[in-house]
Amino acid sequence: MARRTSFDLGEIRRRHPQHFGGLGRDQRSLAIIAGTAFALLVFGMAQLGFFDGKLIRGLGRLAEIAGLMLPPDPGNWAHVRLYVVALFETIAIALLGTLAAAVLAMPLALLAARNVTTARILRFFTRRSLDTIRSVDILVWALIWINVVGLGPFAGALAIMTSDLGSFGKLFSEAIEAADRKPLEGVTSTGGGRILGVRFGILPEVFPVLASQVLYYFESNTRSATTIGIVGAGGIGLQLADAIRTLELQQVSFIILLILAAVTAIDFVSSKLRFAMIGPRAGTTA
Amino acid sequence: MTSPIAQLPEAQLRPLLAAYEASVRSRRWHTLMIFACVAVAIALSSISAEVSPLKLADNIGRFTSYIFRLFHLENGAFVWTDPAEWYWGLARWLRLLGETLLMAYVGTLLGAAGAFGLSFLAAANVAPSRWLRIVVRRFCELCRTVPVLVFALMFVIAFGLGPMAGVLGVAIHTLGALGKLFSEVVENIDMKPVEGVSSTGAAWPAAMRYGALPQTMSNFVSYTLLRFEINVREGAILGFVGAGGIGQDLIEAIRKFYYSDVSAILVLILVTVAIIDALTTRVRHHLIGIEESH
Repeated sequence: MARRTSFDLGEIRRRHPQHFGGLGRDQRSLAIIAGTAFALLVFGMAQLGFFDGKLIRGLGRLAEIAGLMLPPDPGNWAHVRLYVVALFETIAIALLGTLAAAVLAMPLALLAARNVTTARILRFFTRRSLDTIRSVDILVWALIWINVVGLGPFAGALAIMTSDLGSFGKLFSEAIEAADRKPLEGVTSTGGGRILGVRFGILPEVFPVLASQVLYYFESNTRSATTIGIVGAGGIGLQLADAIRTLELQQVSFIILLILAAVTAIDFVSSKLRFAMIGPRAGTTA
Repeated sequence: MTSPIAQLPEAQLRPLLAAYEASVRSRRWHTLMIFACVAVAIALSSISAEVSPLKLADNIGRFTSYIFRLFHLENGAFVWTDPAEWYWGLARWLRLLGETLLMAYVGTLLGAAGAFGLSFLAAANVAPSRWLRIVVRRFCELCRTVPVLVFALMFVIAFGLGPMAGVLGVAIHTLGALGKLFSEVVENIDMKPVEGVSSTGAAWPAAMRYGALPQTMSNFVSYTLLRFEINVREGAILGFVGAGGIGQDLIEAIRKFYYSDVSAILVLILVTVAIIDALTTRVRHHLIGIEESH
């Protein structure tokens, strides 16, 4: 049987004053931070024109556009062929860019790793250059490479290569630094030199980690390869941007579905491969 | 001195050696097969992507000269010899940079607010309905797979040129990305507080508010800050498609070959991003510290 207990609220309040004293110091400062953040949000929305009717008018038009996008329809078979070819081009761009970046990043990563390169100044400059390369956006690299090799997928592959070089250099050097010292010491103790030490002491240990990172970047590059087409560097992005600009909205939704299907398929295959290489969960934090 | 290592008799040693040889051979075979597959993939991709090393070798000089010219003014002097000339448009660029930051801020907060609501519907352990969960998950997937730039392109049609298209693009992409991360945070909570609140007869919203939310808040804020960093970078290029921010001046400078302007704007963006990275990293470490001290 449920039994009702009467309790004296005043007594509880006296015994645990900290639960009844209104806002504590921490909560007050939290409230101030939240209030400031909200005020900044409102200020930002006002600055960007959220409150002068543009949003409402635009939403109406957006609904209209969304209606026109359905059902997805490529138009004719020639378009389907064009899009599928462009999709493969995108995947090719991502694959080549990622692999080339991985190959080029390896020596740089060794130069940037603390347990391989002892010259501090060399390590410092390698790291700073990698940081700079990484922080310039891939679209800017694409525009620069378009100046060099002209419009087309080759410029896109080079852009992905350049931009990933920075990321891989950093990730690889971290993986190398995290490697166990003992195999390296073992190789050295049998009389092996530095190069042999890296080849047999470090590489076998870090290779699976590096390979899984390369695969992860391949996945994400298939996504970014769709955007570099917008500035003219080949792939399905070119077709997508054209379709949007000419308002062929049913084709737009068809292309987006195509990209979604391809990305999902690649995600699936590459996550299976990554699990097979280093077990689940590793490599996803990159 | 005699060797202290015991030698196995020949008859015992031979099968061991043979097994070792066989395992090495099978591994080599494996490696060779993988390399062959990769090589075929590279060859096919090279054809598809119109790779031509000759063209690259012929024109590589243009790349180095481009980078070289980025750091020279119109009159041929190095940019750092005359900072006033290099940053002639500083006032305008700072205003656009401010707009970029506001776009990233508003987009991140709007997206995070949406993701916050969706994450409790999408988490396997607390979702009120299985079908709703699947729908929400697919929706988040769609939002984060379509690149921000594509959203921005479409929103430019609906909302006109200007930062609003960019903000909404950022917000939708953030919704997708954070929706996934937030729901994973919710899936990792300790269920006992939620059960405790439910056992007192509280409805689902109250159970979420008092059982689940307190455990997730610091992670939510930390992920949102991380996303803000990413969105500042994104915001800087949204101007490429006319969706506001500093990108519109950057692409104009690139297209019209105003080399020193390109480097000036790029350096401005890099410095801003670096400062924001440093600030948010400090706040995030602080937040994670709070969580661990509990």
